[in-house]
Amino acid sequence: MSKPMNSSQIPKRTFDAVIVGGGGAGLRAALQLSQANLKVALISKVFPTRSHTVSAQGGITAALANVSDDNWHWHMYDTVKGSDYLGDQDAIEFMCRNAASAVYELEHMGLPFSRLENGKIYQRPFGGQSQNYGGEQAIRTCAAADRTGHALLHTLYQRNIAARTQFFDEFFALDLIRDDEGTVLGVVAVEIETGEASLFESRATLLATGGACRIFRHSTNAHINTGDGLGMVLRAGLPLEDMEFWQFHPTGIPEVGSLISEGVRGEGGYLVNKDGEKFMQRYAPNALDLASRDVVARAIAQEIRAGKGCGEHGDYVHLKIEHLGAEKIMARLPGIRELSMQFAGADPITDPIPVTPTAHYMMGGIPTNMHGQVVSPVRYGPEEPTPGLYAVGECACVSVHGANRLGGNSLLDLVVFGRAAGQHVIEYLRENPYPRPLPQEKVDQVMARLARWDKPKGTETVAGLRDEMQRIMQDHCGVYRTEALLKEGLAMLDKVEARLPDAALSDHSKMFNTARLEALELENLMAIARATLVSALARTESRGAHTREDFPKRDDDRWLRHTLYFQQDDQLDYKPVRLKPLTVDTFQPKERTY
Amino acid sequence: MRFRIYRYDPESGAAPTVQEYELDFDPKGKKVLDALIAIKDTLDESLSFRRSCREGVCGSDGVNVNGTNVLACVTPLEGLKQPIEIRPLPRLGVIRDLIVDMAQFYQHYRAVKPYLINLDPEPENERLQSPEERAELDGLWECILCACCTTSCPSFWWNPDKFLGPAALLQGYRFIADTRDQSTNERLDFLEDPYRLFRCHGIMNCVEVCPKGLNPTAAIGKIKSLLVKRAL
Repeated sequence: MSKPMNSSQIPKRTFDAVIVGGGGAGLRAALQLSQANLKVALISKVFPTRSHTVSAQGGITAALANVSDDNWHWHMYDTVKGSDYLGDQDAIEFMCRNAASAVYELEHMGLPFSRLENGKIYQRPFGGQSQNYGGEQAIRTCAAADRTGHALLHTLYQRNIAARTQFFDEFFALDLIRDDEGTVLGVVAVEIETGEASLFESRATLLATGGACRIFRHSTNAHINTGDGLGMVLRAGLPLEDMEFWQFHPTGIPEVGSLISEGVRGEGGYLVNKDGEKFMQRYAPNALDLASRDVVARAIAQEIRAGKGCGEHGDYVHLKIEHLGAEKIMARLPGIRELSMQFAGADPITDPIPVTPTAHYMMGGIPTNMHGQVVSPVRYGPEEPTPGLYAVGECACVSVHGANRLGGNSLLDLVVFGRAAGQHVIEYLRENPYPRPLPQEKVDQVMARLARWDKPKGTETVAGLRDEMQRIMQDHCGVYRTEALLKEGLAMLDKVEARLPDAALSDHSKMFNTARLEALELENLMAIARATLVSALARTESRGAHTREDFPKRDDDRWLRHTLYFQQDDQLDYKPVRLKPLTVDTFQPKERTY
Repeated sequence: MRFRIYRYDPESGAAPTVQEYELDFDPKGKKVLDALIAIKDTLDESLSFRRSCREGVCGSDGVNVNGTNVLACVTPLEGLKQPIEIRPLPRLGVIRDLIVDMAQFYQHYRAVKPYLINLDPEPENERLQSPEERAELDGLWECILCACCTTSCPSFWWNPDKFLGPAALLQGYRFIADTRDQSTNERLDFLEDPYRLFRCHGIMNCVEVCPKGLNPTAAIGKIKSLLVKRAL
């Protein structure tokens, strides 16, 4: 077995700021920093336009009032309610108040939004949107056909080309370097093509590594969504927040997982069971098919359980849009039609699309404040910033999505907090102009982690263990949960995790060794799966996407608080929800119906 | 199922080879990428390829299957003649196995200044654009930069360093066609070149292979007619 390389052997690159992740959040933050003439490196394990933001379909939510009467206060109310009151109201106010300017900014950058007859940005209705604090359906989601994520990601990448951002494409970040006082001093990353590690030293490090739904067997997420930033944070001794909350999107294509946008229902599509019944009227008599995602996902799961699912195994329901007509489907939902034909064998112009609840989005993540600073309980309070460390986007938990994210709020989160964090990094760098000494032994630890995979022989494979973990999470931590199920899942995960040290690669090459990457990704996934099960087991209530059959009610007295999970001894801690907004009055928790 | 897959190990110093794999796999409803992953997971961990979204929107997994450039993730296995021959995209340097060096391709993309240029003061709200004006961008902005088109183009094979190729030209036209862009003249100046643009001879391989159903040849034709109009 080869010895860990001495850190002095790995080259060092120095930047003012390093961003890890080239999706919407990372690119938006990078743009802010590049335009401020700072020396910024953007590290991404894939070429940036391959990031998962590209798969976002339906749109980005902002109360532009281009179609229906609207304002950000209503958007804020809907988001707080959608979060099942677990969202932090100061951050939610910040996001909703800045939504319109963020969308206009994207338009000015060149994003090819679809247009209304009057030339303004096209908006469509989405789930959980209302006028007047719970009244009529609002029409709030701004769209570029049903490829809004593609449009947004490419536009931001293009702006970064113009701003001459320095990209390190196909570099895989391994770990943060954090000194004994807790300051983050950069990351160690491997250049995938050469297999060589280097140290990216920087006074500010921003994680924008996206989600981690690949802990589940079926998910809408790209293969690359392995939560690498979350693994890095856990290994640095910092907590993760609200990891029990994973959104199951009501409409994924069975088995394959590909997302069928909520925009389909926004444009007038509806769900039916095997009897052809529009069953949503029994679950959400007012909002019907445009209830919140957690509500619709549970409704579908109930129908399937009651034997009312479609198909041979009765394990999905149908989403119908034939009545919209070919012309509207081609104009507004061309990507959906393509996906449905490719992966479900159904042309929605004539046939219903088979759909089933599918893991889609991680509401939890790296705890941050609304400036993107990573916060944790240290000495004086539950939310002390970690010097030099930021997180933005799906990997972060601000928390604006609380227990359940509203559709269209994810792309918004990326750009609003990407910009805010970029802005804060600029100030932070001004106040912290000096580099700090780098602890060599920390770099050596990272190199040892990498060298572990040089082990010549083992009894387990990465693919085998990953498959087992994904099945455990799928079967034990899905839409419906119970103590018994979660406990069993955790016991099974314990065993799989215990076998991880016995895994070895058969490919020990250096150049573009994707097997090694998958091994490193599995370490991150495994840690996140554990955080999820432990957090879910402890929360003995049902809130948003976390549905405990043994505790079917929301319990605000005990559980109106955020979970914090630490890797060491699976320790849990809690912190209060920030109920006080910045300027407006608190939306007091009340019963949530649609 | 039987596969013949191009293999190249840059560390061995050996010439590229074609390796045969026999995979026990039910192809029903599955794509080429599913088979590649199954081979990697169960037969040969060292087989290397790029992948991300697995649904035809990120553009990572352009490969050549039985002689045609495709995205592995949306190409059905059913109906493919066996042994299924999988090779890297043509003409680009191979880094390893099915992974090609995209640097040249990205360089051409950057060369067309693929971003909106508009020096007017930013308006308070959105810039207006009619649905008809916006429709001019359809079929242009959806490009996923997979390089299937460019690497299928004989003109690119002959002059990969000088001819921009269909993907970059499509993006060049995407901004010319955008009513919000103010740089049409400069963009045309740059493209008016015997190699960058005019090496396109309308062979239309790009149209045939584009996994998104886009038509770079038509966009190139529009650039050419704008140049003619401008000259008159």
